[in-house]
Amino acid sequence: MERSMAYDSDLNLKATELRLGLLGSDEPEKPSIAPSVSSNKRASPEISEESRSKGSSCVSSKVESGERDSAPPAKEQVVGWPPIRSYRKNCLRPKKNDQVDGAGMYVKVSVDGAPYLRKIDLKVYKSYSELLETLENMFKLTIGEYSEKEGYNGSDFAPTYEDKDGDWMLVGDVPWDMFISSCKRLRIMKGSAARGLGC
Amino acid sequence: MGPNPKMRKEFPDSTRSSPFPDEVLERVLSLLKSHKDRSAVSLVCKDWYNAESWSRAHVFIGNCYSVSPEIVARRFPRVKSVTLKGKPRFSDFNLVPENWGADVHPWLAVFVAKYPFLEELRLKRMAVSDESLEFLALNFPNFKVLSLLSCDGFSTDGLAAIATHCKNLTQLDIQENGIDDKSGSWLSCFPENFTSLEVLNFANLNTDVNFDALERLVSRCKSLNVLKANKSISLEHLQRLLVCAPQLIELGTGSFMPELTARQYAELENSFIQLKNLNTLSGLWEASAPYLPVLYPACTNLTFLNLSYAFLQSLELESLLCHCPHLQRLWVLDTVGDKGLEAVGSNCPLLEELRVFPADPFDEEVIHGVTEAGFLAVSYGCRRLHYVLYFCRQMTNAAVATIVQNCPDFTHFRLCIMNPGQPDYLTNEPMDEAFGAVVRTCTKLQRLSVSGLLTDLTFEYIGQYAKNLETLSVAFAGSSDRGMQCMLEGCPKLRKLEIRDCPFGNAALLSGLEKYESMRSLWMSACNVTMSGCRLLAREMPRLNVEVMKDDGSDESQADKVYVYRSVVGPRRDAPPCVLNLSGL
Repeated sequence: MERSMAYDSDLNLKATELRLGLLGSDEPEKPSIAPSVSSNKRASPEISEESRSKGSSCVSSKVESGERDSAPPAKEQVVGWPPIRSYRKNCLRPKKNDQVDGAGMYVKVSVDGAPYLRKIDLKVYKSYSELLETLENMFKLTIGEYSEKEGYNGSDFAPTYEDKDGDWMLVGDVPWDMFISSCKRLRIMKGSAARGLGC
Repeated sequence: MGPNPKMRKEFPDSTRSSPFPDEVLERVLSLLKSHKDRSAVSLVCKDWYNAESWSRAHVFIGNCYSVSPEIVARRFPRVKSVTLKGKPRFSDFNLVPENWGADVHPWLAVFVAKYPFLEELRLKRMAVSDESLEFLALNFPNFKVLSLLSCDGFSTDGLAAIATHCKNLTQLDIQENGIDDKSGSWLSCFPENFTSLEVLNFANLNTDVNFDALERLVSRCKSLNVLKANKSISLEHLQRLLVCAPQLIELGTGSFMPELTARQYAELENSFIQLKNLNTLSGLWEASAPYLPVLYPACTNLTFLNLSYAFLQSLELESLLCHCPHLQRLWVLDTVGDKGLEAVGSNCPLLEELRVFPADPFDEEVIHGVTEAGFLAVSYGCRRLHYVLYFCRQMTNAAVATIVQNCPDFTHFRLCIMNPGQPDYLTNEPMDEAFGAVVRTCTKLQRLSVSGLLTDLTFEYIGQYAKNLETLSVAFAGSSDRGMQCMLEGCPKLRKLEIRDCPFGNAALLSGLEKYESMRSLWMSACNVTMSGCRLLAREMPRLNVEVMKDDGSDESQADKVYVYRSVVGPRRDAPPCVLNLSGL
C-alpha cells in the first residue's frame, strides 16, 4: 500500500521536480521491465507492481524489496533471449564496428592531392548516388557514372574504399547494405591510377 | 474389446482373443505408422501388444532419459529406424551446460548387439562424438539415413568416417549443429563407386568443400533429390551442380553473391529453368536483388521457400513472391519489413506457415523489423495460416485479436515480442487479451509461445480454453503462483512446459504433482523455486526425475534451473557434477 502511495505522490510532484536532465528527456511512461540476467532469479518487482495497480491478481508470494527504478533500467544482454539458436545467431549481420554512440558511422575520406581529410557519416545516405553526389560537392570534383564493366570510366576520379579485410575496392560493386557494413575508409583516387580501374 | 489379458493363458491357438493368426495381425499393424496409434494399439490386449512390438520398425523416443536402450530393444526386437531426442529445448539458447549429457553412445552400444541391421538414426539435441560416428559407420552395414539436428560434440572427422564406410547411405542431413568444422575434405571420402545418395544437406558447415569431389558425387548419384550446399559453394559452382542434377526436388543454394559474367548469368538462369520438380528452395546467403530473377523459373512449383539467411528488402521479396503462387511455407528475415509482409499477404493465398526471424535481435538501436501491421497484413491475405513464428518489437492486443479472427486454424502460435515484459505499445496494457483471443478462437492450438507483459490472467485464459495445447513456452511473464497453477490444472493435453524468469515458486511447482507423469517434461529456470520444493516433489513422485542445476554464486536454497521428467529407469547415472539429481535420495 505504501508503495503505491509513493507512486502516486511521485506523479504529483513530477511537475515541480527539480532535475538536471535535458528538457524533454523524461523517462518513458511505459514500464520497462528489467530483464533478469542469469544470476538474478526474481522477476522484476515491476511485474507485480503493474498487476497490483491494475488490480488483476494476487500479490506475488515473494516480492523483492528493491525499489522500483524511476529511470528505465540499462538493458543488459539476457542469456538465451531472444530465443534464437546459436547457429542462426552466428549467421546474422555482423555488428557495424564504426558506430559511435549508435548515432553515426563516420569514415575518413581522402582525395588524392587534397591537403586534408574529411569525415562523413555513411548512415546518412541511402544509396550510392546520394553518397557520390555529396562527395562531388564536398571536394568540388566530378566522379561520373558507375558501370559494372568499366567502373568510373570517363572521369579523372575514382572512389575507392578500404574494406574489412584491408583490401581497396571500387565503390559501387556491392549492394549498398554490404558496402556500409564493410567500408572502413574512403579514398578518391585521381589521374592515371583512377583510369586504370575498372578494366 | 477382448477378454481380460490377465485371465488369458498363453495357449497357442485355443484361447486367443483375436480370430486371425499373428502373422496377419502383424501385417495389418505394420501398416500403422503413427507412433501414437501404435501406442494405443499396444494397450488393447496382450496379443496386440506382442504383435505391435514385433511389427514396429520405427521407434520414436522423445526424451532419451525416459527409458533405456535395453528396455527399448527388449520390447521392440525388429526396429530399423530410431529417432532420439536429448537435451531440453532451452539448450538451444545456451541455458544448459555443454557436458549436460544426452550422449548417443550408450544407445549405439546396445543397438550394435540388438539392431545390427539398423538403417536410420535421427538425433535431435544429442551429444554425438566423432568416435560414435565412426562406431556407427563401421558397425551397421545396412545403415542408410543419418540426420543430426541441433546436436554437438562432433567434427567433420566424424562425417568423414560416415562418408568412407557407409556403403548404403541414402541420406546425410546435418542441420544447425555445434560442429567443429575442421575441413571440407570429408566430402572427398565418399568412394568413387558410391552412388546411393538421395539426400545431402551440409548447409550448416562453414569450411570449403572440395568442389570437384562434390560435383562428381552429385553426377553419379542419379537418385539425388535433396541437395543443400553451404556458403562455400559459389554461384558458378551452383550452376555446374544444377546441370548434373536437374531432378532435384529440394535445393539449398550456396552463396548467392554476384560475381558472374553475363554469359554465366544466362547459363545459371538456364539451369534453374531445368529444375522442373523443385518444391523447396533455401540457402541464398548474401542474396542480392540483381541476381534473384535467376530463380524465378524454378519457383512455379515451390511450396517451401526459406529466405531466413537472405537479407532481402520488401521490394525484392515482392518480386520473388510474384513467381511463387503455390507457396505453403515461407521463412524470412525481418529486413523485409511490414511492406514485405504485405506482399506475402497479397501473393500467397495458400500460405500455411510463416516464420519471421530477426536480423538484428541484439541491437537495441534498431528501428526496422516488423510490427503488428505486417502480421495483420499476412492474416488478411493468408487465411489458411496455421503455423506462425514471429519475432517483433511491438504488438497490440487488438491486432492479435483480429489476426486470429482471420486465421482461426492456428495449431502453432509462437509470438516473440523481443523486449521482455513489454506491454501493448498503444494502450500500455498487458498482452493478456491477445493470448486470451488466441486460445479462445484457435481451438486446434497445439503449441503456444507467449511474450510481452503478461499477468496471471493470460494463464487463466490458457487453462480455461487451450484444451488441445501440448507445448507451452513462457518467459518473463505472470504475477504469482496462480499463473502456473492455471496452466497445470487446465490444459489436459499438456506434454511440454518450459518456463523461464517468471515469479512461480514452490506452490506452483507442487500444484502439478499429479500432472507431471502425464507430461514429457517440465523446465523452470530463474523462477522462485527452492531446493526444498524440488526435494518434496522428488519424494512425492518417485517415477519423476527431478534435476537441478545451480548457477554460480547463487543462494544455496535456490533451485536456479529445474528439469523434471518422467522416466521408467530412475535417475540417470551420467549426470555431470553441475546437475543435482534429487530423485531417489
